[in-house]
Amino acid sequence: MATYILKTLLKALVVVLGVSLLVFVLTRSIGNPVNIMLPLGASMAERANLTHQLGLDKSVLAQLWDFASGVVRGNFGESWWQQESAMTVALRPLPFTLELSGIALVISLVFAIPLGILSALKPRSLLDKLTSTSSMFGICVPNFWLGLMLILIFSNLLHWFPTSGTGGWRYWVLPSVTLAVLPLGRITQIVRTAMLEQLRELYVVTARSKGLPEFWVVTRHALKNAGIQIVTMSGWELGRMIAGYAIAIESVFGLPGIGSLIVDAIGQQDYPLIQAITFVIAICIVVLNILIDLSYPLFNPRIKFK
Amino acid sequence: MSKSIAAVTESIDLRDSRPRFYELRRLAKKMIKDRLALYALIFLLLIFFSAILASVISPHDPTTGDLWSRLQPPSLAGGYSGHLLGTDQLGRDILSRLFYGGRVSLRIGFITVIFSSFVGIFLGLLAGYAGGKTDTIIMGLVDIQFAFPGMLVALVFVMVLGPSELHLIYALAFNGWMVFARMARSLVLTFRDGPLIEAAKAIGVKPLKIMIRHILPNIFASLMTLFVLEVARIIGAEAMMSFLGYGIQPPLSSWGLMIGEGRKYFPMAWWLIVYPGIMIAATVLALNIFSNWLTTAIDPLQKGQSG
Repeated sequence: MATYILKTLLKALVVVLGVSLLVFVLTRSIGNPVNIMLPLGASMAERANLTHQLGLDKSVLAQLWDFASGVVRGNFGESWWQQESAMTVALRPLPFTLELSGIALVISLVFAIPLGILSALKPRSLLDKLTSTSSMFGICVPNFWLGLMLILIFSNLLHWFPTSGTGGWRYWVLPSVTLAVLPLGRITQIVRTAMLEQLRELYVVTARSKGLPEFWVVTRHALKNAGIQIVTMSGWELGRMIAGYAIAIESVFGLPGIGSLIVDAIGQQDYPLIQAITFVIAICIVVLNILIDLSYPLFNPRIKFK
Repeated sequence: MSKSIAAVTESIDLRDSRPRFYELRRLAKKMIKDRLALYALIFLLLIFFSAILASVISPHDPTTGDLWSRLQPPSLAGGYSGHLLGTDQLGRDILSRLFYGGRVSLRIGFITVIFSSFVGIFLGLLAGYAGGKTDTIIMGLVDIQFAFPGMLVALVFVMVLGPSELHLIYALAFNGWMVFARMARSLVLTFRDGPLIEAAKAIGVKPLKIMIRHILPNIFASLMTLFVLEVARIIGAEAMMSFLGYGIQPPLSSWGLMIGEGRKYFPMAWWLIVYPGIMIAATVLALNIFSNWLTTAIDPLQKGQSG
């Protein structure tokens, strides 16, 4: 167990440092951001002043040192755009995005698991074909476009849900459904493949021959063993939602999550904020991966951490 | 003539260990039987040729608009404008822009994946063939990159280098090589210790040549299916980046950018975003179906699994 923890932490450290360093190198390799921050007519003195204020007149090595010590303390300095600690700004919209992605994952699991099981139980049946086809569609439709289409139909045409913003449950419906479609397709496929694999196993034959009701054979035996694959895929999808799909979806629905913040921070060329956001997201993904790993013994007690 | 045919039939036994990717006629027969894959291929060919021939078949110029006829509804849906799929906010013909946009989307998809597959396959071959420390280091890199928030890094990449087609290709390829490396490595491992490689080693073929001449052709077919899948994924990613404004820049156009530009006007002009979205979805879907078919055509044993 101890070696497992050590190994995992080491890997996590490499990932977080790697991402942070990459962003540092990338952001330092372009010209002086002061050019964008100041109005066109700014004097040389103003430029020099701001450059000094931002610490951009130090040598690259000194900047790297500042940055590295910042990463260790989780402090990336002040956001240039928001005039407060970049870390605070980066953390503020995180709960929203986590909540949205969590809801989307729950929606997709609620549909994916039964559909995947049913189509694995009767491969090549009508239901199986329908499920495979629609999960394929779910994977192929660009989700930002799907969001716009849902707005077009359910907000502009039918007036059932608001187009954008936050508020009561009505505001959550369209974004979370949009976000859920892609994971729904992929998790359904994984559940189906994993269940097909498990249902062929001998222990299923044993369970059936001792007269266990089919429902328990499927849920308690086969599903539990397929659990590892399903959990891995779900965690993977959750990570991709937080670090990728949320960017487009939050932008489409005008939501105050970390995805919109990324787009804003990039638009403002706010280096400390970009660094803080990538750091926060890298940590989220690392934590998620550790949680997935830790869940494996729940499904298969033979798994020990080494 | 007859002599060469005899030679070919004789040599089939020797090729038996190779995937049957080279039997074009058998594949063609299979394709006609599998209707869905056939339609997908026909659709892909249509898209491909419409992209190549965009300048010939476009009814209007895609970049010059006519402000008097902006936001005209499609004549398909009862408009009188003479624009089959309507016009956008600057009065440009949507159909023509779809042809030209497809050219950009496909170009980016293919070039990016050619980049990422070259790098990925080479590193994967190296890791699988060399083993030991090389393997640990390369696969460690792959693992780290898989944990990266890919889209985020791509956005930062493009912001830093400045949005342009080439930079977009770099950014997307940077996030795509690992899949190829991982697959190439696992395929190499199944081959590395076989008689084929042993024989090559025995007669003193150099490692690089073994990797490229003897291993690569054997795993090439499986990598092809991944190539097609990745093109589909990259077309989707390009669309998203362009939609957010960090991909293709006007006056150039891609399907994703058309949706991004049409977003402000879409409540009153649905045709601005509906058509480009359908094009993206259909292309990605067709590529996925084709790749699925390719997998089963190359290795019939997998049929039961992919259904």
